[in-house]
Amino acid sequence: MSAIAFPVPDAGILARRAALIEGLAALLPPDCLVTAEDERRAFETDAFTAYRRMPLAVALPRTTAEVSAVLAFCHQQGVPVVPRGAGTSLCGGAIPQEDAVVIGVSKMNRILEIDYANRIARVEPGVTNLAITNAVSAEGFFYAPDPSSQLACTIGGNIGMNSGGAHCLKYGVTTNNILGVTLVMMDGTIIEIGGEAMDAPGYDLLGLVCGSEGQLGIMTEATIRILRSAEGARPVLFGFETSEQAGEAVAAIIGAGIVPVAMEFMDKPAIEICEAFAHAGYPMDVDALLIIEVEGSDAEMDATLKLIVEIAKRHGVKTVKESKSAMETAAIWKGRKSAFGATGRIADYICMDGTIPTGQLPFVLRRIDEIVKGYGLRVANVFHAGDGNLHPLILYNCNDPIEAQKAEDAGNDILKLCVEVGGCLTGEHGVGIEKRDLMHHQFNDADLHQQMRIRATFDAGWLMNPAKVFPLEGRI
Amino acid sequence: MTDIKRPNDEAEVSALVRDAAANGTSLRIQGGGTRAGLGRPTQDAATLSTAGLSGITLYEPAEMVIGAKAGTPLETIEKALAEKGQMLAFEPADFRLLFGTQGTPTIGAVAAGNISGPRRLWGGAARDSLIGVRFVNGNGEIIKSGGRVMKNVTGLDLVKLQAGAWGTLGVLTEVIFKVVPKSDTVATFVLSGLDDATAVTAMATAITSPFEITGAAHLPATAKSSEVAPGSREDFAAARNGIGGEGARTYLRIEGFPVSVDYRAGELAKLLSRFGTLSRLEESIGTSVWSAIRDAAPLAEPRDAAIWRLSVKPSEAPATIEAIRPAMAVRAFYDWGGGLIWLAVSAEGDAGATVIRAAAKAAKGYATLMRAPDAVRAVVPVFEPESAAVAALTRRIKASVDPARLINPGLMHAGV
Repeated sequence: MSAIAFPVPDAGILARRAALIEGLAALLPPDCLVTAEDERRAFETDAFTAYRRMPLAVALPRTTAEVSAVLAFCHQQGVPVVPRGAGTSLCGGAIPQEDAVVIGVSKMNRILEIDYANRIARVEPGVTNLAITNAVSAEGFFYAPDPSSQLACTIGGNIGMNSGGAHCLKYGVTTNNILGVTLVMMDGTIIEIGGEAMDAPGYDLLGLVCGSEGQLGIMTEATIRILRSAEGARPVLFGFETSEQAGEAVAAIIGAGIVPVAMEFMDKPAIEICEAFAHAGYPMDVDALLIIEVEGSDAEMDATLKLIVEIAKRHGVKTVKESKSAMETAAIWKGRKSAFGATGRIADYICMDGTIPTGQLPFVLRRIDEIVKGYGLRVANVFHAGDGNLHPLILYNCNDPIEAQKAEDAGNDILKLCVEVGGCLTGEHGVGIEKRDLMHHQFNDADLHQQMRIRATFDAGWLMNPAKVFPLEGRI
Repeated sequence: MTDIKRPNDEAEVSALVRDAAANGTSLRIQGGGTRAGLGRPTQDAATLSTAGLSGITLYEPAEMVIGAKAGTPLETIEKALAEKGQMLAFEPADFRLLFGTQGTPTIGAVAAGNISGPRRLWGGAARDSLIGVRFVNGNGEIIKSGGRVMKNVTGLDLVKLQAGAWGTLGVLTEVIFKVVPKSDTVATFVLSGLDDATAVTAMATAITSPFEITGAAHLPATAKSSEVAPGSREDFAAARNGIGGEGARTYLRIEGFPVSVDYRAGELAKLLSRFGTLSRLEESIGTSVWSAIRDAAPLAEPRDAAIWRLSVKPSEAPATIEAIRPAMAVRAFYDWGGGLIWLAVSAEGDAGATVIRAAAKAAKGYATLMRAPDAVRAVVPVFEPESAAVAALTRRIKASVDPARLINPGLMHAGV
């Protein structure tokens, strides 16, 4: 099965492989260059495992200077490069191509400085998302964006993809939590963007680089915002008979001026899958489940939760479970946080990532169900209700090529639906190769050409992660 | 007298830019004209007024999102939001007093200038709230980026690129912002008599507490004496006019539900007890305090002073001022817990640019010359000069959007 095309590998580059490796070996110590086939195999895909390509070689530089040297060499040789963090991309953002050198940042994994008074930390790109929070949590601080893969994913990958998480409603996504980066461009030029001040001068290159999916450069150092944690956090769990009611309750809570730190939604199939796995005590007699978390002191949380429960009751909530202890809090979250893993236990799945205006929630959920059933498949919905970022999990059997194709087609139909109702193809996972060929549904040629012209100001030769984001046809 | 063009919709903007391209003439974009003195002085063939592009295009309170045509008065937006108990998180400034201008600030200019006020400390900058734009590039093409949903990573983020580009990357025609609920209670507190370094430490202590500070500003003392009680209206008037009067004033703000504000106020008073007594201001005085700080009102007079805006690492702010003081007479105050310094100096010579930029750089920051006579801004870079590699990139980006340099050419940097 291969619905998504890769560029045809450059035969000239493949023929020069030995010489290219020799060139790279002159720039890096032996333990920073992976060339053996069995060792390269670890880099041939990411979390979008349906596709894989064996890279020419893998460079694992340790410093900005080494990254610059490797990029300058590849630039001079006309060899494509594919940046890689931890390889947790769900959209194939780190999948290589046969004529490309993967540049992994895993050896640049130090936290360089933590400055609590100024609420910043300077880190290398290979540090994991959770490692940052762990490093500052003893002082009561945290790094806000929290993608589900936070145990493994790197801050470099997070910046490349502008990652989100469950707590974006209050704290924003990666682009809102980064102050500066050191960026190495394709020709090896090193630039400093932003820094330790709150605002940066000139064009907002930081905003441009964040979420650019490794197409503009390789980030070798970042200054990130750390925040003081709230005194406490507590979730409440609601069960509703219909997803319409749950959607209305979400709108009413926001309408009442409350911005909970998280509002997570699960539909009936998701509830069943998660409960069977996590035994979280979720109600089984409801069609929609909401987990809403608030922060603050005990008195503040009591007051806010009281308001939220009153609103839920006005919208016909059937089950209300307020957490009374850390154990109950953990149980409520356990089901949600294991949603992807639990789903993976019962079937293969592809995880979609469109965002919709939240007012369209009931309509879109109904349509998703119809679309997926139309392909003879099943779907479970888990998503961030406050911001409309959907994660339909389409269940299929990956050993059945026909079913796999159906799952991909159903996913594409869902993403088109998201755009039609005023949303977008991807809220936090990125375009990668997965959604590349759908870009025309969201953007017209003028939009895409403008993006591509700006992309070219960083990498005129299309050598950086070139198979991604922009449809292969019609490039400029 | 330059020709003023007033397109009434996006298609007319596109046609105007195509005409300009055909004739090789440049356009200066004007919103409300309230920041007309900002940027490098330029001579353009025509002014493109966005006044005809007005109106809210989208407002969904339950989705916390508002969209409007670029020329919509900020006032219109803020009024519509207030009716539904919401606001822009970044507290956009109104620089009419600072620039001595009339007219009304527009939402498009707020986006283009990335204009953020005191609440930036808590709610992020204008660029953080901006989630969608439509603009006309230098080829006259209508381009969209982002949209109405707050989580969107589809394609390159040209939304952020427009924030702070001051209209040099095309004519914004529509902007979409995410918004936040307006709090029931907005409480302002004052600490008195702190020197700058102690004040910045006190503000950092507050900001790094769990009590969600939404404003932290410091008006240093001057030689002028003040007999009035800290926190009174007269006291703030004195502080505003003399920057601090006899006693310096450090202002902190907390917002939320009444029960939550009261609780956090109590905790904050305990936390800051070593810095003195934290007194709560009457709410209406607090409102005046924050709008004055937001708009740099304490420095509006005298009108012939040059005004600089420095963004620095907050802890380095007092040292930044100390580094500048030996070279020139300085009046200054701090916002964003020290992260933002407003500075008034003599506009003579380079308006202090060499010394001020060196000091800002030492504090890991940079400086923007917000107000100075045209003659000064013609020779002193208004925006922070860029490294050679970044300057080259800036020029390439400009060329990729506006190849003939028709739209606001030279406003930010010569040749851009």
